Amino acid sequence: MDIGYYPGCSLTGTAREYDQSIRKVLSELGINLIEIEDWSCCGATSAHATNHLLSVALPLRNFNLAAKQGIKEIFIPCAACYNRFVVAKRDVEQNSQLKKEVEEILEEEVVTNFNIVNMVQIFKMIGKDNILARRQKELSGLKVAAYYGCLLLRPPSAVNFDDAEEPSSMEEIIKFTGAEPINWNFKTECCGASHSITNTNVVLNLSKRIIDDALEMGAEAIVVACPMCHSNLDMRQRNMSKIDSGHKNMPILYLPELVGLSLGLDKESLGLNLHFIDTDPLLSRFSMAIVAKE
Amino acid sequence: MRIGVFVCHCGENIGKTVDCPAVAKEVIKFPNVVYAIDYKYMCSDPGQNMIKQAITEHKLNAVVVASCSPHMHEKTFRKACSAAGLNPYMCEIANIREHCSWVHDNIEEATKKAIDLIRMTVERVKFNAPLAEIKVPITKKALVIGGGISGIQAALDIAGAGFKVILVEKEPSIGGHMSQLSETFPTLDCSQCILTPRMVEAYQHPNIKLYTYSEVENVDGFIGNFKVTIRKKARSVREDLCTGCGLCVQKCPIKKAPSEFDEGLSNRPAIYVPFPQAVPNIPVIDRTVCTYFKTGKCQMCKKVCGREAIDFEQKDQLITEDVGAIIVATGYKLYKINKKDSDSTVKGYGEYGYGKYRDVIDGLQFERLASASGPTAGEILRPSDRKQPKKVVFIQCVGSRDESKGFSYCSKICCMYTAKHAMLYKHKVHDGEAYVFYMDIRSGGKGYDEFVRRAIEEDHVKYIRGRVSRVYEKNGKYIVKGEDTLSSVPIEIEADMVVLATAMVAQPEASKLAQTLGIPYDKYGFYAEVHPKLRPVESSSGGIFLAGACQSPRDIPESVAMASAAASKALVLFGNEMLEREPVVAKVNENTCVGCFYCKKVCAYNAIDLKEIRDKKGNLIKVVASVNTGLCQGCGTCNATCPSKSIELIGFNDEQIFYQIKAL
Amino acid sequence: MADSNFEPKIVAFVCNWCTYTRAHLAGTSRMKYQSNVRMIRLPCTGRIDPMFIVKAFESGADGVLISGCHPGDCHYTAGNFHARRRWILFRQLLKFVGIDETRVFFSWVSASEGKKWVDVINEVTDTVRNKGPFNNYHKLNKEFTLNV
Repeated sequence: MDIGYYPGCSLTGTAREYDQSIRKVLSELGINLIEIEDWSCCGATSAHATNHLLSVALPLRNFNLAAKQGIKEIFIPCAACYNRFVVAKRDVEQNSQLKKEVEEILEEEVVTNFNIVNMVQIFKMIGKDNILARRQKELSGLKVAAYYGCLLLRPPSAVNFDDAEEPSSMEEIIKFTGAEPINWNFKTECCGASHSITNTNVVLNLSKRIIDDALEMGAEAIVVACPMCHSNLDMRQRNMSKIDSGHKNMPILYLPELVGLSLGLDKESLGLNLHFIDTDPLLSRFSMAIVAKE
Repeated sequence: MRIGVFVCHCGENIGKTVDCPAVAKEVIKFPNVVYAIDYKYMCSDPGQNMIKQAITEHKLNAVVVASCSPHMHEKTFRKACSAAGLNPYMCEIANIREHCSWVHDNIEEATKKAIDLIRMTVERVKFNAPLAEIKVPITKKALVIGGGISGIQAALDIAGAGFKVILVEKEPSIGGHMSQLSETFPTLDCSQCILTPRMVEAYQHPNIKLYTYSEVENVDGFIGNFKVTIRKKARSVREDLCTGCGLCVQKCPIKKAPSEFDEGLSNRPAIYVPFPQAVPNIPVIDRTVCTYFKTGKCQMCKKVCGREAIDFEQKDQLITEDVGAIIVATGYKLYKINKKDSDSTVKGYGEYGYGKYRDVIDGLQFERLASASGPTAGEILRPSDRKQPKKVVFIQCVGSRDESKGFSYCSKICCMYTAKHAMLYKHKVHDGEAYVFYMDIRSGGKGYDEFVRRAIEEDHVKYIRGRVSRVYEKNGKYIVKGEDTLSSVPIEIEADMVVLATAMVAQPEASKLAQTLGIPYDKYGFYAEVHPKLRPVESSSGGIFLAGACQSPRDIPESVAMASAAASKALVLFGNEMLEREPVVAKVNENTCVGCFYCKKVCAYNAIDLKEIRDKKGNLIKVVASVNTGLCQGCGTCNATCPSKSIELIGFNDEQIFYQIKAL
Repeated sequence: MADSNFEPKIVAFVCNWCTYTRAHLAGTSRMKYQSNVRMIRLPCTGRIDPMFIVKAFESGADGVLISGCHPGDCHYTAGNFHARRRWILFRQLLKFVGIDETRVFFSWVSASEGKKWVDVINEVTDTVRNKGPFNNYHKLNKEFTLNV
């Protein structure tokens, strides 16, 4: 199956392992990713907060590039990019004036009839049967907390793929790997997002609450589908130990990394060696680290 | 044709912006206008006399009154014409007030427009025909759909006036939601104590025929002459034999079916009476859980019944009744949040954990907990562990006033019942703490605001203005995360129980019934009244009236008032021997009708019948359309649709409108 | 180009229950709007024969407005749905015979929509004024002096 691919900037930098694991796992599962040529920034939160027109025009430029490559379906793994594309699509479809303005900027007609697919949806599209058919290892007994964050689900009127307050679609994917999704309380709680840079303490507290609840509810790992969530939860844990000496480290996995483990892929090809929090204790449970060191 | 035009000044209302004398001078020049005059108040006695006099003196055979909207004085002027011997339908109104003098400033422009409007009306009236009002007989019997407090009240009022009433209730007992309530605001009198005497009265009233466990299946006919089909669902218990001893209920081995009456907080057997004071006190077998109906074995109830009243073979019965008026009092439901049960398109509020946590309950469940006849005999206990909660959080507006996740309307009763709940809780658990999260307190009504103040000041209920973002369980407590918007701080309360004031929504089958009845409803499924202020209990279909929460969220006093109002509307109808209605109906030209029946396809009222045209020997010549003037409501869609122009809407026929346009 | 003194004639076909009532209420609340509109009251928009629109242009109208209850709110249950369907087809016919179909306006105005009626009237009047007089029929009228 061919599908358009928009990695976005995080996946070329801080979330390199997300990109790496996606490419590896999806190719294992028979998906051919066609990267949009000359793709540019989606505008992320900065454009969105400063200039509405810009925040719509940026994703639409990429739409038009995709259209030229004959792409009909675009897979966008970063939750922030996904959100921007979905919202921009809705905005121009509902507002012909805005559409006109964007067309003036881009100097071409705007195309929006794309199916936009996020990280959870693509695994759903691949399907349980296909994943089970290629599964090498059942991650049975592994208790995992699915963390959705905010951008994957909101605003529900535009995104509309799962319940914004009580989502359950990521849990379904986790079950495909044999792991056990736990019932916990902070699935959609704020991690602090881009306050990470300007107000680190806020992020520290917010993210710690999320990790603590997951720990309390018995999770051994948190699974995410957003580079921002990952960096806040993974990278900030060192500082969490400074404010709370009793802090227990919690490995934070990207959803494709978890699926990759069940497909029997090794640590390095999935980029698990690039995490701040050591994933070895987790892997050793399924004697996987050893495979990686061969 | 001799037409008289009467131009009204309406004091200054028209005269200030329309030069009425100039208008009169201009219109007298129109062809066929033989008389034109302006006067200060045409609707006054001298004004009406001028019209009467002119009709006789100038032998007028049509009249145009240029005045206010026909919605105001059309009747007055038609009556005046009638008094002078002119057919009232030869009088037309040109609206030069609401559509002219009041909405324009420029005298010249307004005067010109007034002249145009009169010219158009004069052209139209030339094609008016003398008409007579249509008379139809009336069946003086009413159907009341819904046996809650609204339906009971309406039925009792009509029956009390000496007319027969059919009362249909879909549940096994009448009583509705009011029978589930503990105490009622703002007086705190016991709901069942005031309701049950009414239920018994309705049951025993010689003029009321009660069909419980029954639904209205079909409605044909029109005002004064409805034919109703009622489906009496198989109760599996013969009402003529059952004495209501209750032995079958005691002996039924199935004990674990969730009780509808207790909102799932207790269990009932497969054969059951919804609650002890049920009317009629006759059990019903729930065939979906009964062992006999599932496996063919058991029959315990049949064995113990000394009266042989159990009838497993009973089938649904279809009963037809003729009635003249219908009162719809089908009530409401509470919006169910948990996705499984939700029959609504709205799917918000998963974050409150309803359906996931047993101690997060809705308003009706709290009513059952607080009710002396409830599963805890009136003690406030947590459903999960039957322990007394020491801290209860009440969340208002769950689904109401929330366009993004719920419904945009206000459910109206929640502010009051939440204050009542918090108060009842404090009365029963003296050391308990009650918190209420609210958006605004809406307590308009006699004694209502005082009641809320009493909850706050005397019973020390803590009111927090703000929304709750999440409820989650931690160490056996429910953490309620919210914001106090008055002090702008986030707050967390460790509660033992959470009560959600969920929105009142229309019955899930409300739109289906509306389609059966042919009455309009809004996008939420609430039935629409004709006029929100002046005709609040009438549906737009003649003879069908609305009572209670099926029309919009209502509390008990309002529902009862509406029910009595709807009953009085039915009685107004029954006060007449014959029904008179405007002759604005369609008429078929049988000579040109080709029998394509497009008119029948577009008619929303099934008012087009097939009529066979035969020669003297009885040979069929053709089949043409024929209008049932009793059913026709006069919308004119058939007239616009007819390809051979063989059906006309009397009063709005093609000539009238074409010549009105022509005179532009 | 529009004549600067040109005042268009607008005919409005309105239903008795929603738009007529709304126009009535606009009067009661003394809202002001331009005086170019001449209203023809019908029981329902379902009664509107497309020929009414043609006749209106023939009789000198520069613009036609059709207004009734919102879809789903029809006093007669479904009359406005019929009107809407008829309009969709009729619009194509107008276009086909070369009549400027943008001179026909369709708007749902319920009895409760305060300012909407006033806005609709003003907008329609301004639009038609900018378009200038509808000459096709005026010319025909002169040439053939149609006197029905």
